[in-house]
Amino acid sequence: MSLRSRHLLGLEGMPADDINLILDTAISFKEVLSRRIPKVPTLRGMTIVNLFYEPSTRTRISFELAEKRLSADTVNFSASGSSVSKGETLKDTMQNIEAMKIDMVVIRHSAAGSPHYLTTCCQSIVINAGDGAHEHPTQGLLDIFTMREKYGKIEGLKVVIVGDIKHSRVARSNIWGLMTLGAKVSVCGPPTLLPVEMEKFGIKVHDNLDQALDGADIVNVLRLQRERQQSGLLPSLREYSRYWGITKDRLGKLNENFTIMHPGPMNRGVEISSEVAEGPYSVILPQVTNGVAVRMAVLYLLSGGRGKVDE
Amino acid sequence: MPKDTTVRIMNEKSIALALTRISHEIIERNKGTDNIVIIGIRTRGAILAERLAENLSKIGKVALPVGVIDITLYRDDVQDKLDQPVVQKTDLLFDIVDKVVVLVDDVIYTGRTIRAALDAIIDFGRPRAIQLAVLIDRGHRELPIGPDFIGKVVPTSRNERVEVHLTEQDGVDEVIIDRSGRGGV
Repeated sequence: MSLRSRHLLGLEGMPADDINLILDTAISFKEVLSRRIPKVPTLRGMTIVNLFYEPSTRTRISFELAEKRLSADTVNFSASGSSVSKGETLKDTMQNIEAMKIDMVVIRHSAAGSPHYLTTCCQSIVINAGDGAHEHPTQGLLDIFTMREKYGKIEGLKVVIVGDIKHSRVARSNIWGLMTLGAKVSVCGPPTLLPVEMEKFGIKVHDNLDQALDGADIVNVLRLQRERQQSGLLPSLREYSRYWGITKDRLGKLNENFTIMHPGPMNRGVEISSEVAEGPYSVILPQVTNGVAVRMAVLYLLSGGRGKVDE
Repeated sequence: MPKDTTVRIMNEKSIALALTRISHEIIERNKGTDNIVIIGIRTRGAILAERLAENLSKIGKVALPVGVIDITLYRDDVQDKLDQPVVQKTDLLFDIVDKVVVLVDDVIYTGRTIRAALDAIIDFGRPRAIQLAVLIDRGHRELPIGPDFIGKVVPTSRNERVEVHLTEQDGVDEVIIDRSGRGGV
């Protein structure tokens, strides 16, 4: 079984079969991670470059661990301290790295579409680790994996995504994947950070948090990027926190056996209170654990067929 | 498939007899069932492992631990295949350190599956010994690996195909050789 696409660029348009194949494969990798030696020789001899043009803790370490657990060789690149500061273009950087014989590239970039662009100018397999406000497919997959692990299925689950929907690639990847698998998705946040067009895709858009939380199973709380306040989209962090912050007294509206998720990094006391982040219903750390297994599954499924010609 | 290209070489009774004989050989070789654990290779090796463990438990009057390994991640051809093999779960819920592992598979052919299984097992710990039990040895080894316990030796040519069918997976217990020229295990 292989994925229909040679690269992982986003969850938009990815068939349900492919998403389920990644999630099912990740179950086996989670078992590998629980072993005494949590490492398998599967990708021996394969070289993977982690090309990070934006800061990242979780995603970068998670990808690097996933690569190492599969015995691939890894090279890390961050834009600061590289020739990017001398004005080298993305294409030139990529083609130079590729000239050193690599097989896969994991890219994070502030420009939406940069992974797609890379597929047009290099031979390597490309994995999107977050491109601008567009998509962050492995985050979407690990969120869905974590939900499926707890509830056994995705179909029919009521998921609310709260926060800065407009600028969030995590929200977009979650929405595409969850809709494909049949969840009921709604979004909630300040009107300035809420794209109304989403209603066209069958997503409920709320600007009132209590209404949004009513009868939901899962709340995925997004990080508030503080620079949004400087750009005039928010009056103050305190106001944001009062209207859209997830605190314990908001949780009563949720279904029994509800779950709180957050992709990290958290602003405690802004979009989520410490008490909620550490509550028994929070799966924020399991999300991180599952991230490695899900990324291993993606790397494994994309690694086959060396020398295969691009479709 | 056309009937005339396949030959049935074992049935339910002969498979059961072979497994009973192998069980006794395991006990004879190890002077009892102390310290023995059984590990089957997915999918049909795992079924045979369950059956062997049941036999051994009856003879030795103690239940032996049975585990299942999936060797996909240890294959030497993963990166060459166009279609990635499905990774299934490994279930080894017991410690194998200092145990005698009886590794079980349905057919031994090139020996590459067993090579992968040995690497997988050793990543779980250092067993005192690993012994190999197979239902069918069809020859054509490409690695210096040999079984300790064999149900039936079947000389084959490379373009023949040996298929082990087991009730739990296929609804019937039998071993057939397919001579239609497709090759493989």
